Amino acid sequence: MRANLSGWGRFPRLAGDLHRPRDAAAIRALIGQGPVIARGNGRSYGDAAAQPKGTIDMRGMAHMLSFDAETGVLEAETGVMLGDVIAAFLPRGWFPPVTPGTKFVTLGGMIAADVHGKNHRRDGSIGRHVDWVDVMGPDGTVRRASARDNSDLFARTVGGMGLTGVILRAALRLMPVPSGWIRQETVAASNLTEAMDIFETATTRYSVAWFDCLGRGEALGRSLVMLGDHAEPQDLRDVRRAAPYDVPVRRARRVPLDAPGFVLNRHTLRAFNRLYYAAGMKKRGHSVVDWDSYFYPLDAIRDWNRIYGRRGFAQYQVVLPLAASHAGLTALLGAISDAGQGSFLAVLKRLGAQDSPLSFPMEGYTLALDFPVSEAALRLLDQLDAITLAHGGRHYLAKDSRLSPETFHRADPRAAVFARARAEEGCGGAFASAQSERLKI
Amino acid sequence: MTGSVTILGARSDIAMACAHAFAAAGYDLVLAARGAGTLEAAARDLELRHRISVTLRDFDATAVEGHAGFVAGADLPDVVICAVGALAPQEEVQDDVAASVALMRANFEGPAAVLGAYATAMAARGSGVIVGISSVAGDRGRATNYTYGAAKAGFTAFLSGLRNRLAGQGVHVVTVKPGFVATRMTENMDLPEKLTAAPAEVGQAVLKAVEKGQDVIYVRAVWRMIMGIIRLIPERVFKKLKI
Repeated sequence: MRANLSGWGRFPRLAGDLHRPRDAAAIRALIGQGPVIARGNGRSYGDAAAQPKGTIDMRGMAHMLSFDAETGVLEAETGVMLGDVIAAFLPRGWFPPVTPGTKFVTLGGMIAADVHGKNHRRDGSIGRHVDWVDVMGPDGTVRRASARDNSDLFARTVGGMGLTGVILRAALRLMPVPSGWIRQETVAASNLTEAMDIFETATTRYSVAWFDCLGRGEALGRSLVMLGDHAEPQDLRDVRRAAPYDVPVRRARRVPLDAPGFVLNRHTLRAFNRLYYAAGMKKRGHSVVDWDSYFYPLDAIRDWNRIYGRRGFAQYQVVLPLAASHAGLTALLGAISDAGQGSFLAVLKRLGAQDSPLSFPMEGYTLALDFPVSEAALRLLDQLDAITLAHGGRHYLAKDSRLSPETFHRADPRAAVFARARAEEGCGGAFASAQSERLKI
Repeated sequence: MTGSVTILGARSDIAMACAHAFAAAGYDLVLAARGAGTLEAAARDLELRHRISVTLRDFDATAVEGHAGFVAGADLPDVVICAVGALAPQEEVQDDVAASVALMRANFEGPAAVLGAYATAMAARGSGVIVGISSVAGDRGRATNYTYGAAKAGFTAFLSGLRNRLAGQGVHVVTVKPGFVATRMTENMDLPEKLTAAPAEVGQAVLKAVEKGQDVIYVRAVWRMIMGIIRLIPERVFKKLKI
């Protein structure tokens, strides 16, 4: 079936053949006819899960297979949604050990992008919590890969953007939690140095900062740092304590249509940033929030990507090595501020060390930004690429929609090694996304 | 346990969506379909997610002589949902008697016969809910799918009559007209997004209709309006339309 294959950013616009297999045999029949790529719920931002010649919609493969109530290991087909995992297992006291900023992702997508959360420094990315994956390779055979068996395949598949084969099933170790609530502390940082100090001394499991992109000079990096831990029952009000995993259901709202281009401009962005900051300043200090509002604030607004209008938007996320982070972030935020291209969402997180064939994280700081697509914004992103390169940083493929292959390979020398290994296994012609073709992976 | 639901024709996407909606609300399930053994993984998945019990039963809706035995062969559920149905392009069935008859049997005779058997058993017990998944295609015959539409129209009329018969006997009958739904059955059709429901919406709508005692539901409200208008078009105009 012909379908829209654009990512969450709706840029670039892509269409092509979308197949929805219901079993492994149907997937096997699609492999080897030309390049294919697996796609989960389409929440990567750019063209990572799109192959116009053949994209495999994995949401038809969404059975949970088993759950071990002793160890918390869930075995499931990879089309299972993260939100469904939470719905099923939080009432039993388990939560995903790592989660991205939306629960509308599939397990397969999470593994392929090796997603991280607000706890990377402490808990690593999702790959650290995966016991094994079943991968269908270029010849249609399925291999189980883990840290022990087929360990090279396992390492390359986690964070491999679907380029090593189709991930059919996986075993994910969930984490026991004391409640469905998060004890949050919001701290205001008046500039980047203060924000980074808060991250470096934080002892909570979760930490994340929201930047006011329009802060300049002394106020560059003005931000709200949000620290969080799973709340213990005694942290909850009496009425909640009896059922610590029950949280009120949030009503989802929808963005009914594409916002016209003029809605987002320098003035509305400035107003938004100011309001958000003021609201955050008011909420400073300690609070207890439910898991859904804490981890997935934007999930409450379905189709929020439409606020960026028809042309879509580009997410930009890079990580800078720890030693170069302060200088690099200063340069990045300065360039954004100078360009007057504020971003609705500018999010900073501290990542820990990780050694993977292609996964995004490295020890340092990661900055994520949203820009409505325009000529000026794309020019700014090229400028940000130069700053990222100069500071030894690299890009997050799950967010990317517009990098040049030259920049990508200069920023990430691992990619050439990955591409070679993939070619040796015969994956090059069998599995490719619009992104891997663009970036020559 | 909230109650028990038997779903006939359980393999379809709409049936599975109903299974998930009722399981999430705490109902135990019986999934009935041809070759029910192949639904093992789906059953395990439902049990894991919702901590309810799922039983599989072999059931062929078109084999009407077996229906009485099927109904008698297990505990009578609180709710029975008939999601049995088949779709075939009009041009493939209109000049093929066997295919045409098979289509009418799958969408009308089979479903009506089995629900008739459930109706008598539930009336004798004095309680129960019968849900029939019919179709907006039954609201008016159109050139593109009138054999299917006629069968669904028959099924809709049957459900209406059943509701009338059972109204004083503690048994409630729900007619569901889903409109376009993005399922395997419609995978290769080009459906308008605003009019097309996800299977999960149908599941939720059916659960709500059962719990609130609704009689006839369209899953997306806009369909009630669309079909209202389509029914109002005079026949001499309608016959020339291509819709």
